[in-house]
Amino acid sequence: MDDIRKDKDYTLYRPILETDKSFYLIITILLAVIAWAGYMYIRQLQAGLGVTGLNRSISWGFYIINFVFFIGISHAGTLISAILRLSQAEWRRPITRMAEVITAIVLLIGAVHPILDLGRPDRILNVFLYGRLQSPLLWDVTAISMYFTASTVYLYVPLIPDIALLRDRTTKFKWLYNFCSWGYQGTEHHKKVLERAMNILMVIVIPVAVSVHTVISFIFSMTIQPGWHSTIFGPYFVVGAIFSGTATLLVMMIAFRKMYHFENYLKEIHFQYLSLLLMIFSIFWAYFTFSEFITGIYGNEPMEMNIIRYKFFGDYAPFFWAMVLLNFVIPVIVLSFKKLKTITGIFWVSCGVIIGMWLERLIIVVPSLSNPRLPYEVIPYIPSLTEWALFLGGISVFCLGFLLFSKLFPLISIWELEEGRTEGLQEAKARLDSYLPDVIMAKGSGND
Amino acid sequence: MPKWGMVIDLNKCTGCGSCVNACRMENNIPVVGAEPAQEGRTMDWMQIITEYDGEYPNVRITHIPRPCFQCGDPPCVKVCPVHATFVNEDGLVGQVYYRCIGCRYCMNACPYTAKCFNYFKPEIPDEYEVLLNPDVTRRMNGVVEKCSFCHHRLALAKDTARYEERELDETDYQTACLESCPTKAITFGDLENSEHEVNHLMHSNRAFRLEEGLGTEPKVYYLKREDK
Repeated sequence: MDDIRKDKDYTLYRPILETDKSFYLIITILLAVIAWAGYMYIRQLQAGLGVTGLNRSISWGFYIINFVFFIGISHAGTLISAILRLSQAEWRRPITRMAEVITAIVLLIGAVHPILDLGRPDRILNVFLYGRLQSPLLWDVTAISMYFTASTVYLYVPLIPDIALLRDRTTKFKWLYNFCSWGYQGTEHHKKVLERAMNILMVIVIPVAVSVHTVISFIFSMTIQPGWHSTIFGPYFVVGAIFSGTATLLVMMIAFRKMYHFENYLKEIHFQYLSLLLMIFSIFWAYFTFSEFITGIYGNEPMEMNIIRYKFFGDYAPFFWAMVLLNFVIPVIVLSFKKLKTITGIFWVSCGVIIGMWLERLIIVVPSLSNPRLPYEVIPYIPSLTEWALFLGGISVFCLGFLLFSKLFPLISIWELEEGRTEGLQEAKARLDSYLPDVIMAKGSGND
Repeated sequence: MPKWGMVIDLNKCTGCGSCVNACRMENNIPVVGAEPAQEGRTMDWMQIITEYDGEYPNVRITHIPRPCFQCGDPPCVKVCPVHATFVNEDGLVGQVYYRCIGCRYCMNACPYTAKCFNYFKPEIPDEYEVLLNPDVTRRMNGVVEKCSFCHHRLALAKDTARYEERELDETDYQTACLESCPTKAITFGDLENSEHEVNHLMHSNRAFRLEEGLGTEPKVYYLKREDK
């Protein structure tokens, strides 16, 4: 058992085997925030949704914004990891696990948000008893539960060989690893079955992921409210989701690289590649935003213009322009210059993108409701302490979940790295050889 | 089957608010108090929208009483996840308070913002308990509600007609807002009955419906305000 300390990948085992004091401190703080959020929610249950800042015309607020936001972030993972695996990008190996963990945890948090938003959470089962499949909310329930199943399985299956490693080489939580590894021994047959399962899953998971955020956008775009009723919303939401997800992945990678000293595994090149993806999606996002508003402005339909004016120059102008700055201007500037594109630079840009994407959700949900078609007097929406508490609680649950996961399972896939060192290297070389015309000679000599 | 509808003459409406009050009494609408009212959480089923036209001192004020429009193609019914809002057998849009999960999707889908939500447990002062209308369900915390065109009155009128073994007469069923209107601005009846006044009024050249272009087919018509 002792040889694990001399293993070249010991850094990856260390978070599981050794825990320092600061970890317990962070956990305590997170638990305190969660307890506070729980207390606030119980108060909301007792009193009613009146404890929020919602009113008659603006009846969707923080809970729905955070629902869209968290589900958006959950696209980081599974989608990115599935695309990288499918395209056989070799640099994916240390990244995929973290991406998948983000998905599983954030998706769970996001899925809870509509329930927080219900006036009668005690009647939630009516959705199954009297569900109307014509309602976009039912499409959501279907798509999210399917995505959650697919993404947790997709997290779990590639985890099995690592659990088997932990079972064989460590003494902690033996019962858990014994149970979760399902007797995986790493034989040829086991490997083949595992690989096939992964291949099937990653093909399934991509359309499911795309469908989830499309369907979430349908909640808004299926109504005839100005600012919501837009055909572009499906792809717009999906792009925004991958955008915010990539940013979250980068933030988590940089944070845990520092915390667990993964410098040897997560190198400059990973951040360069991922931030390139971030920049591409930033430009995509800007393109969609531009198309969304230019059609509205050019068409000059009065109701639509009311809302656009409200976003551009009205009460929501600070949020709107902050969003443009954080989601487009800053990322594109910082990520285009080599000097600025350091790991620190990428970290701050990603944090900005997360905030910017949250603002985007805010700007989609609230202004349409604060500008009703009929000339009502609308009271502006100011979120209450309860809503802030539940927001912070959601973020804390995410951090806590991620930390606890890192204490039970390796955050970087050990077996996939090992596979990369042995098979991946040869495979990549063989693949390159197969399509580069000038190395035919080299290939020929290799065969001799 | 009659197509129940309403015509409101904006020339006659003075904005006195008696329809709003009559509706409160008829439908057991809770008193929210001053502070929630300022937070924009009034529960009135009938609201008076005030439109201001022009600059001071030449301002023209139009009062538009707004019940639920009982749309022919209601956007709220389309989106409800649990069949809690539906088109009932009389063609009116109903609410099932005991099934509603309080997601407020219907409120946001309604282009007229006609629905309201019980943010707290609805409270009615003790001394008003005796004044409650026994024909109307009292709502609970966390459900959506809206104007029902006094549907309970229609049910009662139908029962009475059946008991007296006669056809339902249109005068049997009138809404509370109509009865209280001092200027008789509201007319109610079967829109498809060419004998009835409501049918003449809806075909008047002053008649219009709010946001008609949305295709929601509201059953409430307004008669345009004209300066004499």
